[in-house]
Amino acid sequence: MSAIILFMAGIAAIAGWWLSQQRLASKPWLEEGVLVDFRGDNASSLPPAKIGLGVFLAVVGSLFALFISAYSMRMGMVDWRALPVPKLLWFNTGVLITSSIALQWAYMAARRNDMDGVIIGLLAGAASAVIFLVGQLLAWQQLKVAGYFVASNPANSFFYLITAVHGLHLMGGLVALGRTTAKVWRGAKMIQVRLSVELCAIYWHFLLLVWLVLLGLLTGWTDNFVDICRQLLT
Amino acid sequence: MVDIPFDTVAGAPPAEVAEVELYHPKSWWTRYVFSQDAKVIAVQYSITAMSIGMVALVLSWLMRLQLGFPGTFSFIDPSQYLQLITMHGMIMVIYLLTALFLGGFGNYLIPLMVGARDMVFPYVNMLSYWVYLLAVVVLASTFFVPGGPTGAGWTLYPPQAILSGSPGQDWGIVLMLASLILFIIGFTMGGLNYVVTVLQARTRGMTLMRMPLTVWGIFTATVMALLAFPALFVASVMLLLDRLLGTSFFMPTLVEMGQLTKYGGGSPILFQHLFWFFGHPEVYIVALPAFGIISDLISVHARKNIFGYRMMVWAIVAIGALSFVVWAHHMYVSGMNPYFGFFFATTTLIIAIPTAIKVYNWVLTLWRGDIHLTIPMLFALAFIITFVNGGLTGLFLGNVVVDVPLSDTMFVVAHFHMVMGIAPIMAVFGGIYHWYPKVTGRMLNEALGRFHFWVSFLGAYAIFFPMHYLGLLGMPRRYHDIGETAFIPASAHDLNAFMSVAALIVGFAQLVFLFNLIWSLFKGNEAGGNPWGAASLEWQTPETPPGHGNWGKELPIVYRWAYDYSVPGATRDFVPQNEPPTRLLAQGAHP
Repeated sequence: MSAIILFMAGIAAIAGWWLSQQRLASKPWLEEGVLVDFRGDNASSLPPAKIGLGVFLAVVGSLFALFISAYSMRMGMVDWRALPVPKLLWFNTGVLITSSIALQWAYMAARRNDMDGVIIGLLAGAASAVIFLVGQLLAWQQLKVAGYFVASNPANSFFYLITAVHGLHLMGGLVALGRTTAKVWRGAKMIQVRLSVELCAIYWHFLLLVWLVLLGLLTGWTDNFVDICRQLLT
Repeated sequence: MVDIPFDTVAGAPPAEVAEVELYHPKSWWTRYVFSQDAKVIAVQYSITAMSIGMVALVLSWLMRLQLGFPGTFSFIDPSQYLQLITMHGMIMVIYLLTALFLGGFGNYLIPLMVGARDMVFPYVNMLSYWVYLLAVVVLASTFFVPGGPTGAGWTLYPPQAILSGSPGQDWGIVLMLASLILFIIGFTMGGLNYVVTVLQARTRGMTLMRMPLTVWGIFTATVMALLAFPALFVASVMLLLDRLLGTSFFMPTLVEMGQLTKYGGGSPILFQHLFWFFGHPEVYIVALPAFGIISDLISVHARKNIFGYRMMVWAIVAIGALSFVVWAHHMYVSGMNPYFGFFFATTTLIIAIPTAIKVYNWVLTLWRGDIHLTIPMLFALAFIITFVNGGLTGLFLGNVVVDVPLSDTMFVVAHFHMVMGIAPIMAVFGGIYHWYPKVTGRMLNEALGRFHFWVSFLGAYAIFFPMHYLGLLGMPRRYHDIGETAFIPASAHDLNAFMSVAALIVGFAQLVFLFNLIWSLFKGNEAGGNPWGAASLEWQTPETPPGHGNWGKELPIVYRWAYDYSVPGATRDFVPQNEPPTRLLAQGAHP
């Protein structure tokens, strides 16, 4: 459970930092009158959708931290046989990085008011995300052909489960990306899509980060780290 | 009053608020069924939760009949008994209490109490309810599938949860896990709304430290739930795969009915870690909104400001944080490193400190207050008593050496029913009697309400207080029939019969309550906008029940905290949050 504890400590640090700015030591019973809200004026600087995405990423992060916790606990059992990671995953990782870069490009174009750049970035990002998903399916296929079935070993089970959950989150992102692209297609003004493009880019970077962590876990790079964590806990 | 340096705005800032882009219902369907208005969604959540809660109530009747009069009711066999306890527990904890506090009270009160027009993502909010309803339907469908609902116990521990020894192995457990997954998805949608609305949609002047404690409780509980429910999600998905695909995440090598199963090497303890990483915060997910509601009820009905508001806020936050590092105290008998037990016992006992601070503050708020024994106040007092009672037995069970002999006895059942069954339900009832006039514009019937209170409160004690004694005798929980057991005297059987009769009576009192809810909707006395003389913002709406958009043309401006009761020199014994101070009134501000 050390991964999730670390993650929660991170969340607690952020929450604590935020709370420390909220004048929790004030004495509201003495303070009558219009407080100049320290968020500036009423409309906060951050749009609600962005805060919402941030909270959602915390939830998704805790989901993956829990999977990682379960993975590291289960891999300590005697029946664990690590599976060979298909080479295809490296290609897929490259594609996912491309996808993230494309959306970053779209976001930067949106800030420059360059609608053509936005369209190119969105389409390139979506296309490479789809290629990534197809690549993941092919990797599953390769493993199946090589005889690594989902139930034959816990390492296999975790591999399929974790890649599937990551893929599902990417598919959810594609829905949002599709809606944004459709909005651009119908000729929406830049002001109406800039935020959507930004949120998509943030989500993509987050999923890329999660994927890199998962890749490290699945390929065994992080085994030493997991060992250290497990010793800390026992 | 002290002039504070940042109070520099001489008059009210411009109060005109541009008409926000609100969703406007166009037909009967979008107004009352597929509504995106948080107030309608709140009522939908509450009705659904109470309906499925009634099912769980009937299940508890059947359980009590079996326990009180073993052998009399031939239609309850041992596996059905296991199904009863499983469904009763799961429904009450998750589908009733969590949904009612966060989906019901949260949806109704958050926008009104912070001065918002609605939740920030109304469409997602609507989706949240419909996914929750789907989860409830899937759960209820398990009563009708072949083999019936699962009998794995509400903790669903593998390996037995998915083996053929547990009833409902074919369909029940699969649908139960699917329903939990749906519930979590639906809750996450709602939870995002509650958190972001509190963060971003507060009206001007509503600083965090001016929010009523109800909002603080619901807000913190939602944050906890958003972070804790993924653990149940992970556990459910992995258990579902073990059941359906034959993976061995949790399933060890074992022999079933003389046959070696396909499973091997898995860790049931892993499931317990995941389950309780959700399960313990869940206790506080239910308790924190109750804490908040009780704080507000006591303050309003004792006509006195809440004692130690800052401490109350800090305690809520501290409890929320601490509740994530105590989960393994549910696993003392699962076999773990003794130092683990020491660590988790320590953290568990530390939680008693902020909790005790809250209890002291409630009692000190009552001290020399102008206590009105209204029905909400009665329920609030009952909450304090039952919560302290359950909290004290929690100190017993939090200690490893005391817990080991008491584990899996009726003492544990009595403890958690007192602390997270009766106490939160008292807060729910108190909250409903308190806010029903705002929701419907009518008061609940007083006589029926008092009858409901006294039967529920005394009856709950009649059921659960003797249960501690049975637990100390060593009577185990989850047993269909205790039979002729040497260490259980005949008097224990009489006690069981007494508790069962009490349970039947308490159950009938809830029917009176439901009748009251419906009857008062049509025949209740007109309530007016603010029948209790409360200062918080939800009572200051221009219309009662609040109209679409809550506040009419202008959003309110908040000038003070929510607890200005019996202020010396004030004309009334309460000062609403949106009433400008006199020096601002002189400069042309208006309420």
